[in-house]
Amino acid sequence: MDANPDANARDHFEVNMSTATRKRRVIPGFGLTMGFSLLYLGFIFLIPVGGLLLYTSMMSWEDFWRAVSHPQVVASYKLSFSASLIGASINLVFGALVAWVLVRYSFPGKKVVDALVDLPFALPTAVAGIALVTLYASTGWVGQYLTIFGIKVAYTQLGVVVALTYIGLPFVVRTVQPVLEDLEAEREEASASLGASRFTTVRRVILPSLLPALLTGYALAFARAVGEYGSVVFISGNMPYRTEITPLLIVAKAEQYDYPGAAAIGTVMLIAAFLLLLLINGLQWWTQRRGL
Amino acid sequence: MTTQTLVHVANPELAARWRRATEEPAWVRWTLIGVALTFLALFLVLPLAVVLYGAFEQGLQVWWAAINEPDALAAIRLSLMVVLIVVPINLVFGVAAAWAIAKFEFRGKPILISLIDMPFAISPVVVGLIFVILFGSQGWLGPWLAAHDLRIIFAVPGIVIVIAFGTLPFIARELIPLMQQQGKEEEEASLTLGASGWKTFWYVTLPNIKWGLIYGVILCNARALGEFGAVAVVSGRIRGETNTMPLHIEVLYNEYMFTAAFAVSSLLTGLALVTIAVKSFIEWLDERQRPAGDSH
Repeated sequence: MDANPDANARDHFEVNMSTATRKRRVIPGFGLTMGFSLLYLGFIFLIPVGGLLLYTSMMSWEDFWRAVSHPQVVASYKLSFSASLIGASINLVFGALVAWVLVRYSFPGKKVVDALVDLPFALPTAVAGIALVTLYASTGWVGQYLTIFGIKVAYTQLGVVVALTYIGLPFVVRTVQPVLEDLEAEREEASASLGASRFTTVRRVILPSLLPALLTGYALAFARAVGEYGSVVFISGNMPYRTEITPLLIVAKAEQYDYPGAAAIGTVMLIAAFLLLLLINGLQWWTQRRGL
Repeated sequence: MTTQTLVHVANPELAARWRRATEEPAWVRWTLIGVALTFLALFLVLPLAVVLYGAFEQGLQVWWAAINEPDALAAIRLSLMVVLIVVPINLVFGVAAAWAIAKFEFRGKPILISLIDMPFAISPVVVGLIFVILFGSQGWLGPWLAAHDLRIIFAVPGIVIVIAFGTLPFIARELIPLMQQQGKEEEEASLTLGASGWKTFWYVTLPNIKWGLIYGVILCNARALGEFGAVAVVSGRIRGETNTMPLHIEVLYNEYMFTAAFAVSSLLTGLALVTIAVKSFIEWLDERQRPAGDSH
């Protein structure tokens, strides 16, 4: 628009403004769509989640504490937390590598490989679970070779790590990929022309720009892994104190009608999920700000 | 880009040195590609291969017999029925939420977007637990439901509800960024020219969001069919009654009927492959439609 401080132009501008405000009211359906969205969210999500929190809050503190600090439950937190952390870390390294290879290099079948990265997101977890345990059992395609080296994966804590790595695989790749695509070549060229080696450029120029995306993907993979159930229960063997993940204990307690016990542990997991979500939102906000 | 092309025009030898400075040597390149592909082969291709091998190892007839069996058919029928209820509801929700968020300004919008994302962050077993505590025999509404002879937990309604909860974000998450990016000028033009709201939605908005909507529906469908943890808590695994396909796979596997388990799995695997193929196709369409030279 012309910024000429001329009376006509100002009039013109004012007319535009008033039609703009009128136009904003032209689109119908706010009440209907907003009303339905909130109603649906409320009934299917907010009220039920509130119900669980209320149920837990009606327990006495002693009962709650006994349920969430039982040694068997604590052992499951340790396993769920550490296996998720290791799985997410593996995905951080290999996810960044896969994203790099997919964005920067060309090789035959690249499109197919790129599409396959989403598979753990689309494949039912129960199917992934039986596929992984079949692969890594001591007679399986992979397991038989690992057995030669004395490595056992199925029915051990290592199996839990394998399943959680599988389930978190798409997250780092898919958060890093778009950032890598948008990275300006000029900055790498500037770094190279100032005498930096390729390794220094990658470490000092590229990696810092990818950091927010890497951390977001890491947090997403971790959050997904902590709550995962289907792909783990087949390969873990579910031995108390050794290969029981926290979600499995919730299922077990619910099946034994120990609702207070299940609700207490479920509340701990729910709070952990909320905190992780807050962290992820913060990281995404950081990523977007970096991108500008 | 610019420096490269400039130098390229001036001096081919210098251009080669420039390229070398911002590219890795061939051996590094191929080592990285090799490591990445090995990792993906181990984690993506082998699980896929083992499912298909397990399903078809003993021939097509055995595969067919495992699927054409009363319990398997009941599981397939139940899963399809649940999907036919859940996906349309979540589609209406996704479109409504995206319309409200993309076309209007209101306070608390970021909170609403976060709320829509949240079911995805909650563990599926916690989702199941939430509804067991609400509707289970010893839950909040259990006695009232029993008095009115209504069953939600260990019955189909419970399965529908937990799957609706678990797949709530998928269509909305596809549509919200798409509709925000498209703005509202086209709808405003249509409305000021006298078209009704519904007509505008049908002829202006819908064609614009068609592909995102199709992918959202297919993803929601795949996730709904595959939902396991939440359903495992509320279904009670009553054979032929409340076993969905993933639960039927679990039952078969635990009874050492591996071929049958993989046969039913192969159906869901096929669906997962269709889902990622549709996603790639839509991305390819999107790239092709972009004017050449525009990288965004």
